[in-house]
Amino acid sequence: MSAPAVDAARVGDPGGSEAGGAAAFSDDEVAAVRARFPVLSRTVGAGHALAYLDSGATSQRPDSVLDAERDYLTRSNAAVHRGAHTLAEEATQAYEDARAAVAGFVGLDDDEVVWTRNATEGLNIVALGLSHYGIGAPGPLALRAGDEVVVTEMEHHANLVPWQQACARTGATLRWIGLDDDGRLDLDDLDRVVTGRTKVLAFTHASNVLGTVNPVPRLVAAAKAVGALTVLDACQSVPHFPVALRALDVDLAVFSAHKMLGPTGIGALAGRREVLAALPPVVTGGSMVEKVTMESTTFREPPQRFEAGTPPVSQAIAWHAAVDHLSALGMDRIAAHEHMLTERLLAGVADLPGVRVLGPTTARDRVGAVSVVVEGVHPHDVGQFLDNEGIAVRVGHHCAQPVHRRYGATASTRASVYLYSTTGEVDAFVETLGRVRGYFGAA
Amino acid sequence: MSGLDQLYQQIILDHAKAKHGFGLRDAAPGAASADSHQYNPLCGDEVTLRAVVTTAPDGTAAPVVADVAWTGEGCSISQASTSVLHELVVGLPVPQATGLVEEFRTMIRSRGQVEPDEEVLGDAAAFAGVGRHANRVKCAMLGWTAFEDALSRAVADLFEAAPQPGPPAVSTTTEQENA
Repeated sequence: MSAPAVDAARVGDPGGSEAGGAAAFSDDEVAAVRARFPVLSRTVGAGHALAYLDSGATSQRPDSVLDAERDYLTRSNAAVHRGAHTLAEEATQAYEDARAAVAGFVGLDDDEVVWTRNATEGLNIVALGLSHYGIGAPGPLALRAGDEVVVTEMEHHANLVPWQQACARTGATLRWIGLDDDGRLDLDDLDRVVTGRTKVLAFTHASNVLGTVNPVPRLVAAAKAVGALTVLDACQSVPHFPVALRALDVDLAVFSAHKMLGPTGIGALAGRREVLAALPPVVTGGSMVEKVTMESTTFREPPQRFEAGTPPVSQAIAWHAAVDHLSALGMDRIAAHEHMLTERLLAGVADLPGVRVLGPTTARDRVGAVSVVVEGVHPHDVGQFLDNEGIAVRVGHHCAQPVHRRYGATASTRASVYLYSTTGEVDAFVETLGRVRGYFGAA
Repeated sequence: MSGLDQLYQQIILDHAKAKHGFGLRDAAPGAASADSHQYNPLCGDEVTLRAVVTTAPDGTAAPVVADVAWTGEGCSISQASTSVLHELVVGLPVPQATGLVEEFRTMIRSRGQVEPDEEVLGDAAAFAGVGRHANRVKCAMLGWTAFEDALSRAVADLFEAAPQPGPPAVSTTTEQENA
């Protein structure tokens, strides 16, 4: 399975219109995009049209994805990689086609994508795997006392807590790259944080709170210079702009189906086959083994080595439909559309008194997750007020407490856009947000 | 009344600003006290609450809630419900205070099905609408859960006449209040 042609110069560039290529969707095009998502036509509360601005948490699913799962289940449902009957053949074919499609979507080959339960599990497989090297014959990637793992202060808990645990198990030390006041990584002292002791550099491609898109080439170069493994959390990048992992040169990456039109219950751990081959399995059992005796077992090659037990078959097939859906629309056009909406969102909230944006206030190198702190009003109350008008946003710490603490907040209100979001929804969010402080007596 | 105004009744908005009982004060000599720290990991809301109990003036009746002092931060529902708690239970005999907590919990967990008894619940009846918002049940219960926890230990201290209460218990409740 060959990867689609990708312009290496634009890989990982969320700029869209800045890149001078694709245009945002026209109003008619957005209407056509939206028509494929049944849930978007529902109303909320007192007949308000739904304005779904919570795609950073989970995206909605188009009819193509829903139909693909149903078609599979009503025609070919069977256990994969076993059985000689027709349904098992069809199921196995569809399941492995899905792997090739998802791999191709991020510029990899099909044997470089491991199905996981979600992105969190993918990160745990890596962090646990590196820790377990200490038990068997130590491999070159094994974490040991004296080693250092470097993360950033803007990580989702999923790319922080597993590394804290790995360090606790192995005696390695956790270090992190701090943030500047604008919501970007403070790379001034990168050379002092990433050193010869660094064994792993794990960082997010795009922050789920700040929206910041990090400079992957610079971070990968720093890691490579000291021989450290790079682990990329691509949950907020792969759904929103073209990402080619091989061109980005990261060793491993994780991303999740449900943030990119696919179902819950499936994610991917993807990366270099030689790195996956050097990683020991941490979940063992059926499907991931070669020869089993009462005394011992040999394991299969990746990706199956990491896929013990019955896999998420119908979810994989639905994810295939999701990447096809995104590709048909064009990731460059989706990125351009979201870039336009992000600019509008940032400009709108900038004019609101008592509203502070966490993260960059311009749309450059930024995705459309915009988190705000409303002075004098708790995010839960903000979210409730917005919901009363049909506007769905995320409130809380978004599984990223340290980044909130860095900017003097315990929680925030986040609007996040996607391919089906409209300028009208962005405007409604801004207008309604502007009335929150008055209602709660904080203005 | 809109759904929003049913949830955010004026009484609630007023209490969220007034925050009766806010600020941790030392217990008076002769009283027993205990602290409870409650944290909602979903949103980061937290409250630290001190329940202070004294023996009844005639020495025979049940002990009395002498003070409810608290600090913390959170949404208007959690702040207001803790403020209302202070207003309702200070001065009450302990059995009545614990009965009130039960009454409040039943109302909040009823998903809006239980008609609150305003005679019993007073301002707390304004929280009846919270039960219809499953995500907000924990907010309304935060301070009350802290009170229940602190009160039981303060009473135990009073009866044991332990001169120094132990260190504050920290509990991170993951129990779904609406379960």
